[in-house]
Amino acid sequence: MAEVWIPTAMLPLTQGQQRVLVEGRNVRQIVNNLDKQFPGTKARLYDPEEDDLLPGVAVIVDGDASQMGLLEKVSEDSEVHFLPAIGGG
Amino acid sequence: MVDYQPNQVLATTEYKVIGSRPIRHDGADKVTGQAKYGADIQLPGLLFGKILRSPHAHARIKSIDASKALALPGVHAVVTSADWEQPSGKVEDLAEGSIHNLRFLSNNVLAYDKVLYKGHAVAGVAAEGAHLAEQAAALIEVEYAVLPPVLTSEQAMQEDAAILHERLESLSNPGLRAGGYKSDSDDSNGTNVANKFDFKVGDVEQGFQEADVVVEKETRTAAVHQGYIEPHTGTAMWNTDGSLTVWSSTQGHFNVRDLLSRMLGLPVSKIKVIPMEIGGGFGAKGIVYSEPVAALLAKKANRPVKVTMSRTEVFEASGPTSGTTIKIKVGATKDGKLTAAEAHLTYESGAFPGSPVPGGCNCIFAPYEIPNTYLEGIDVVVNRPKSAAYRAPGAPAAAFAMETAVDELCEKLGMDPIEFRLLNSAKEGSRRATGPLMPLVGFVETLNAAKDHAHYSTPLEGPYRGRGVASGFWGNGTGPASAVAIVNADGTLSLVEGSADLSGTRVAFAQQAAEVLGIAVEDVKPSVGDTESVGFTSNSGGSGATFKTGWATYEAARDVQQQMVARAAKIWDVSEDDVEYVDGGLQHKSDPELKMTFRQVAARQNATGGPIIGRAGVNPGGAGPCLATHIVDVEVDPETGKVTVLRYTAVQDVGKAVHPGYVEGQIQGGTVQGIGWALNEEYFFNDEGHMVNSTFLDYRMPTVLDLPMIDTVVVEVANPAHPFGVRGVGEVPIVPPLAALSNAINNALGVRLDSLPMTPGSILEAMWAKEEAGASK
Repeated sequence: MAEVWIPTAMLPLTQGQQRVLVEGRNVRQIVNNLDKQFPGTKARLYDPEEDDLLPGVAVIVDGDASQMGLLEKVSEDSEVHFLPAIGGG
Repeated sequence: MVDYQPNQVLATTEYKVIGSRPIRHDGADKVTGQAKYGADIQLPGLLFGKILRSPHAHARIKSIDASKALALPGVHAVVTSADWEQPSGKVEDLAEGSIHNLRFLSNNVLAYDKVLYKGHAVAGVAAEGAHLAEQAAALIEVEYAVLPPVLTSEQAMQEDAAILHERLESLSNPGLRAGGYKSDSDDSNGTNVANKFDFKVGDVEQGFQEADVVVEKETRTAAVHQGYIEPHTGTAMWNTDGSLTVWSSTQGHFNVRDLLSRMLGLPVSKIKVIPMEIGGGFGAKGIVYSEPVAALLAKKANRPVKVTMSRTEVFEASGPTSGTTIKIKVGATKDGKLTAAEAHLTYESGAFPGSPVPGGCNCIFAPYEIPNTYLEGIDVVVNRPKSAAYRAPGAPAAAFAMETAVDELCEKLGMDPIEFRLLNSAKEGSRRATGPLMPLVGFVETLNAAKDHAHYSTPLEGPYRGRGVASGFWGNGTGPASAVAIVNADGTLSLVEGSADLSGTRVAFAQQAAEVLGIAVEDVKPSVGDTESVGFTSNSGGSGATFKTGWATYEAARDVQQQMVARAAKIWDVSEDDVEYVDGGLQHKSDPELKMTFRQVAARQNATGGPIIGRAGVNPGGAGPCLATHIVDVEVDPETGKVTVLRYTAVQDVGKAVHPGYVEGQIQGGTVQGIGWALNEEYFFNDEGHMVNSTFLDYRMPTVLDLPMIDTVVVEVANPAHPFGVRGVGEVPIVPPLAALSNAINNALGVRLDSLPMTPGSILEAMWAKEEAGASK
């Protein structure tokens, strides 16, 4: 299972667990399964109107900021972070 | 030991065209004045726009009366925020990836019910001459109810502080920099804190318990401007079919199109944005100021309108970077191993939310492997111009705090600053303070190159002289990008790409295409396409253009290669599988007699199936981060406090330097801007919130006469996620200089300056304070 790092602001939803193991072969499945384990998390990450991650949420899989969002592939030993998208100059 | 020459390139992989230094294709136009910049646009019937700006830092607009202005002969239109619909305050991801709160954005372009900084745009006027427009703007009568200004984050966070936005939502999400608007049902107290968030890795308290030495300090940096030579300018013309054409000086013409689409309520297909040559941007030309006002005025006047800022308007009304306050605590063992670090970063965003404090958090501890970290970022609105991105947004101030703290640790531990950094350097797999693991980076290589450089081993002799070292990190960006490669019958290639050229990227793309196709870079004719000539391309920012549009160029050239293989197979009547593209030509795999050059196939393209056009649209991941280490020698005049930079060496991992000359130029330019930030530059406000140094005479940026040659060492640790190993290079050079200079001044005088700029006055005061402290002992 992939290891998902929970943003600090969402820690109350995971009872303070900073890292949780979640099943999923892509980010969409990770978001859905995370919500099954910890209800409320999906609403903090997912925009149902756009069927996409919420504005400002970037997903980092194995150290690399994904350009594919929900479609990004995740492997059994992946590490997944939901972090801000950092703009440059 | 490397025998360093000035501007050394430590190459690891050699190519034919990549790594060479051809003359830029647009060079002759630039040096002869032929190149067309935004303000050069002339159109039949063109009107000149002028913006009326607020004389107050904070006030409610009671009324606007433009009747006298409109009565002036030659005046054709006046617009205010009443001329467009107020967008919702919802944070939106524009269809193609840029995140905005359109209400805040449109209220910055034209104030709605309040003015929030001196210089805030209140109305626009279009007239038949620039001076007439200025005269007309002065006739617009605005009645204000003046409010107390809030000029610093400290003032803004006090309980009784005046509130800038009554409906500002205080967020806890660093991803929502654009800021939130409270719902009507939310009756919580007003606040000036737009965002407050944190990151935690390990156990920071435990980490400090394990430390033998701890440094704790507070640093401050003043707001500074990007200082581009060319002011903001935009020209708009409505066409008879209801579509809009805009000429803009911008880092992202697709972004201008998308923002205009939302602000004017037009579909993107009705707007064409033509990017002009750009006289510097450094991050701040990724947003709109003049273009929407020009479009509104042009609509009302039914004539094209050009709006160009003056230098004072650029200072007063376009984004500087944030003023910052950072509290930092760093601990290490007596052997010099970092055990814990904690930082609280407060950035002033200006009048609307969106300081680069997330970038500061992302970068502050990134050069190091630290097992226990805590970061808090706070974004605060104040009555100053809305901050905008400036080269490595958020990182220089963050590095100023961390790298001076590291220097203090080294002093306490008696360790060499480069050895300390080598002992603690981040490398592939290091856990970052924001959580993810570090990809492959070349920090160790830059540190070793700095250590081996003659600058570092040359003794620095004489009184009041000191040497400083500092490092810096920038994550680099990427995004969608497009390129079209059109083969011409004479064997040349027209390359149309979507990235605005800020820094010589056209030649860098031409080099990547030439490398793939094995042709001369002079045979590639690069141009920047407008929004109807090439596919969507995200802003030239985040040091991402050479990476992402380089990828698109590479793929477009590969597409050409494959089509040429097919044409050669057709000419020779053989299978495509028997043909290969080698050394700039086509060759049969087993029959050495069957050969054609690129030029020969190009000449026969129409007779073999029609034009050969390669194309690519990409959105590549893996923009490799970039790290740099700088060494600087200074001399301080004890009478005047003036700092003279004696010698400067900037060492940087660039992945692969496509055009080393322009990479060196980026490193030198970023370093010089960092030196200005450290020693000279600041927005100086009076108590009313009026900037009192809004000209280049009073806002002192360093010039070539102030500085020595900035020596560069280009270290190449290839980025595995790019076909030629490219990393972005343009931003990280501005990150280390602030701390490097502070560390050098401390080395010279034995005083730490934790507040920027380190002006002659502040240096003298620090010297006198040290003398007084010594005398009192």
